[in-house]
Amino acid sequence: MRMTEADVEFLTLPGAVRAAVAMVSVTQWTEVAQAFARAGARLVALWGSDRRDLGEGMVVLAAYAAQDGLACVRLPLHHAVPEYPDLSSLYPAAGRMQRALFDLLGVRALDAEDERPWLRHGAWPADYFPLRREIDATRQFEVEQERYEFVSVAGDGVHEIPVGPIHAGIIEPGHFRFSIVGEKVLRLEQRLGYVHKGIEKRFEAMPLAEGHRLAGRVSGDSTVAYAWAYAMAAESATGCVIPPRAAWLRALLLERERVANHLGDLGALGNDAALAFGLAQFSRLREQWLRLNAEVFGHRLLMDRIVPGGVDANLDMDTLARLRRQCDDIEQEVKLLRAIYDEHAGLQDRFQNTGIVSPELAARLGLCGLAARASGQARDLRIDLPCAPYDALGVGLACETAGDVAARVTVRFDEVFESLRLIRAIVERLPAGEVRCELPVVEGFGLGWIEGWRGEVLVALECDRSARIRRCHCHDPSWQNWPLLEHAVIGNIVPDFPLINKSFNLSYSGQDL
Amino acid sequence: MLFLLKQVIRTGICTEPAPQPTEEWQVATERLQDNILKLLGRALAIRQIDAGSCNGCELEIHALNNPYYNLEGRGIKFVASPRHADMLLVTGPVARNMQIAVKRAYEATPEPRIVVAVGDCGCTGGIFGESYASCGRIANVIPVDVAIPGCPPPPLEILRGILSAVSSRPAQAPAKLQGTSRSP
Repeated sequence: MRMTEADVEFLTLPGAVRAAVAMVSVTQWTEVAQAFARAGARLVALWGSDRRDLGEGMVVLAAYAAQDGLACVRLPLHHAVPEYPDLSSLYPAAGRMQRALFDLLGVRALDAEDERPWLRHGAWPADYFPLRREIDATRQFEVEQERYEFVSVAGDGVHEIPVGPIHAGIIEPGHFRFSIVGEKVLRLEQRLGYVHKGIEKRFEAMPLAEGHRLAGRVSGDSTVAYAWAYAMAAESATGCVIPPRAAWLRALLLERERVANHLGDLGALGNDAALAFGLAQFSRLREQWLRLNAEVFGHRLLMDRIVPGGVDANLDMDTLARLRRQCDDIEQEVKLLRAIYDEHAGLQDRFQNTGIVSPELAARLGLCGLAARASGQARDLRIDLPCAPYDALGVGLACETAGDVAARVTVRFDEVFESLRLIRAIVERLPAGEVRCELPVVEGFGLGWIEGWRGEVLVALECDRSARIRRCHCHDPSWQNWPLLEHAVIGNIVPDFPLINKSFNLSYSGQDL
Repeated sequence: MLFLLKQVIRTGICTEPAPQPTEEWQVATERLQDNILKLLGRALAIRQIDAGSCNGCELEIHALNNPYYNLEGRGIKFVASPRHADMLLVTGPVARNMQIAVKRAYEATPEPRIVVAVGDCGCTGGIFGESYASCGRIANVIPVDVAIPGCPPPPLEILRGILSAVSSRPAQAPAKLQGTSRSP
């Protein structure tokens, strides 16, 4: 396989997503990055792997969203000088990924502008790199709080508001440093990594058949997306083809997860704009939705239903009819609530022109997923690179151009209706047959890439001959989108921050790992 | 506005009269109301802390605030500061990067402070265990009164755990759900 944009021979990977991998030299690493940047391709993820025991040294990998699919390049590093050319000057999103990669593996991006630690806050020493294979991960160190240099803003009347890591609501921890003048935000700087719990190290040596449980707990609200991406990567690494019914059931689960999250967000967004009615109504619908999940699939959030080789769920005709009826009911309710949201002047006043990300900025900084579609980026993996059953279903794109909170609300409404349509289509056309098969026991490398409700979830997996995981990297779309939130709040007032933040609803756990 | 009001009337009150398990539960509810009043003399104020969870437990704690459970109607509410709280509801294994923040929040909570650990990770460290990055269960960092198992525990179990913590206190009776010792 040849990626149109880059002059490198790629090897096609087996699997449900169109992906290819190529070994590159240091020069090619930069050339490929430049070629993709010229062609407008995005950087999806950047990670590393310690393959010194296999004689390859440390390897840095980057995945790009190319025209023909997912293009992954691997750069083996010099054993004495584990450094690689910086990508952040071409792809701003790479900055934090490179900092995290250094904290975990000790490989450095050469000439990177920002070399502050990202995930290491002082809980382990600067010369301890947990993802190196010889490292014993059970070792614990005394926690020392390290000073972190925030970028400071100076000027008449400028002051700072530090927020977090523990926030005022029921949300995940992280630190926000606002530089403000009066009510107006001049600058926001995020510091994340507080919920780093060593997930990637935890994957090492885990049986391949059990990794979906850990992947499904990278970010609880996207458990289906992660489990599917993990399973897809495992199937790609071992060359396993799942039964058609399993793929259709996976899509059913993914769309149910999308609806559940959108319902929750639509309520919370109303609430953050002082319409408590919205929260009460949407959280009522979400509860109904989750209760049927529990009845039909045995888990309210659908954890552990997708397994390598298929799904751990099967549905009879009566259950399918119930799922369908619920779609009809929820659709009517959401239509009513949308009309109320649309005509509520106070709500629209808060939503419109708040937290704008222009389409130009979204494209330049690599915004992805739902937030990108609200900023004119017409991209959805279910449409652009549809795996089964999306190729047969045909997904309608939800896209807005205003890039404000209102646009992100509109995209959510549109996607709820589209997902309800998809669920009904799946229920009607669900193929018969097996729902699970065995994974072959082989050594391999595989990729999984899924359009979750928030955006694209990527899982890259290396497994060995004894059906164990060697390395598993999970990438959350929040890596790309957190920096855009810093831009979206500039010039807005501090009280609008919770609303803007909620309209992105990014994952902390997913990026902290 | 007319549509909004119509929707409010149409929806009615969907709060469920008594959560499951019914009989035992109703007794606990009554006991709880008494105990809260005896112990605190006012509504129970909870400060939730995510010490390193995957966010699954937070989703279910959020759900506890939906009209089906009517938490505030039962005299329980979530507050923004540990200084206003009677109870800390803590999720996740404690990430080492959160260790200092969790201890500080605990110290900022006025006595008598109750700590409820939510979820398998909070109870045992769960799937994340103990490592260079994770302190494991909540009780490894601050004293815990009640630990609610589940991944994540559904809202009703979380509510049951909150009630177990409060109603077990004055009589020093063993908590209904697996409790961990007070000493860290």
